[in-house]
Amino acid sequence: MNRRTLRKAKNVAFLVLSLLATLTGLVCLGAILWTLLSHGLAGMSTHVFTQMTPPPGSEGGLLNAIYGSAVMTLLGILIGAPIGVLAGTYLAEYGRHSRLCVIVRFINDVLLSAPSIIIGLFIYQIVVVRMGHFSALAGALALAVLAIPVTLRTTEDMLNLVPSGMKDASAALGAYTWRTIISVLYPAARSGIVTGLLLAIARISGETAPLLFTALNNQFWSTQLNAPMANLPVVIFQFALSPYKEWQDLAWSGALIITLSILVLSVSARIVLALMQSDRGLR
Amino acid sequence: MAIIDPRHAAKQVVYERIFRNCTLVAALLVLLILGGVAVSLVHGAWPALRHFGFGFVIQEVWNPVTEEFGALAPIYGTLVTSLIAMALAVPAAFGIALFLTELCPPVLKRPIGVAVELLAAVPSIIFGIWGLFELAPLLQRYVEPWLIKHAHSVPGIHELFKGPPYGIGILTAGIVLAIMVLPFIAATMRDVFDTVPVMLKESGYGLGATTWEVIWNVVVPHSRVGVVGGIMLGLGRALGETMAVTFVIGNAHRISTSLLAPGTTISSSIANEFTEAVGDLYTSSLIALGLILFILTFAVIALAQLMLRRLERRVAA
Repeated sequence: MNRRTLRKAKNVAFLVLSLLATLTGLVCLGAILWTLLSHGLAGMSTHVFTQMTPPPGSEGGLLNAIYGSAVMTLLGILIGAPIGVLAGTYLAEYGRHSRLCVIVRFINDVLLSAPSIIIGLFIYQIVVVRMGHFSALAGALALAVLAIPVTLRTTEDMLNLVPSGMKDASAALGAYTWRTIISVLYPAARSGIVTGLLLAIARISGETAPLLFTALNNQFWSTQLNAPMANLPVVIFQFALSPYKEWQDLAWSGALIITLSILVLSVSARIVLALMQSDRGLR
Repeated sequence: MAIIDPRHAAKQVVYERIFRNCTLVAALLVLLILGGVAVSLVHGAWPALRHFGFGFVIQEVWNPVTEEFGALAPIYGTLVTSLIAMALAVPAAFGIALFLTELCPPVLKRPIGVAVELLAAVPSIIFGIWGLFELAPLLQRYVEPWLIKHAHSVPGIHELFKGPPYGIGILTAGIVLAIMVLPFIAATMRDVFDTVPVMLKESGYGLGATTWEVIWNVVVPHSRVGVVGGIMLGLGRALGETMAVTFVIGNAHRISTSLLAPGTTISSSIANEFTEAVGDLYTSSLIALGLILFILTFAVIALAQLMLRRLERRVAA
């Protein structure tokens, strides 16, 4: 009987530990979100969205940084997503199990979790050094490089989910592969691919490290792609580490804006995917 | 009307070729990017590597004034912070994954799972700013004085916890990293645990095993490759993480035995100093740091991917 009690005790002990681990994890992460909300909301006002980043010791907003982040993220996704989608199409429909595809798939997975600061150094070397100055364009390119692996991966996975009967039916009607892909497979996998795009936007809009030495920062309003441009992550980095209270408050507000938009993007990606799956179920 | 119009067919063949080549070029671009990263890093790091030779990797000195640079302190900081992060995050992630797959009431399973995944999407700069403003003061006021007081009498770890409680330093960076990679590792582990066939688990229960025994003797051995793969992916993230660390590491280019002392990591050195670096040798030394980080993370991530692939193949078979 003793042995049995021991086993049971061990069981309970480990299960309690696992429960504790879950609680600790949730509490830590809850604490982060709570701090973010309380500090971020405290400094939140219409100024944040209507005024430029201020000089030290005075009030202002984040308008130029929000604009810059939006522009660079958008540009990054416009450059990166088509490449990712096309490459994913090649892996899913043309190459499949060829040696090239196995290698590309592997390299893509490596890029997916490669440190973003390395990508920043890469773009610095090939764009910033060539051009001779920091620019929004370089920032957008760095973000594009980060967006490619995400879109590639989801596109390939989603194309593989399309029932092969649809492909066969299209081929039986005499359509060439490109026609099948564009007129049958892309529409069928549309919501999946959109999910990939949303995830990619979520991924790149919070990236700081690659922008530090590509887009740099700009205290003023700038719409020039050829010049340094303000962006939320770098502004947060700079302002949070400063000794000025106004700057720190703005950093928290910026952090809240970024986190909320990323959470909204991730949640909508899930909803799109769930809708697609329930669609499937009905058919 | 002919069923197959020859002109139409010829056009189709051309379109087909164009589209196919477009996708092929895009796929090749992925290889080109990785190759480009490697080449550009080596190219940028070359002046520093030629000037310092192998000594670059084993020198601790980092002096922009006399232009003497060595990578030992950042390498040490990167490894130690990642080690602390893994030591804290892996057991916790294991517990969370177990809870989610084996213990959690079905009603809570989805919400907690989704929460974990959403938190994995929170950008790292958020963890950094939280670490600086909330965690560091907390550690400085309560945890670090306690550690210093109690580690004093223990011979082995006495050296690890001494000196003033700065609040920021290697230990704080390790803790912030741990919290950051936790959701990521937990989500991967949960997915891996989910691949264990229910029949195997039920057989264990049928033999009278307790939940823990089933987990330790059935689930873990069956998913070992995937678990290790997930841990390595987390390690890859921790090694290369920049923003979460830069806020709380203290940015001091020195190696001290105390975990409470400020230090630096490869990525935080680059983030802090790159735009301020004056002189080609300084910039080149920072890029050389990047090259070391690239090699380190590439090896870890590649190994992790190979392990996860092995698991995938086994599940498919």
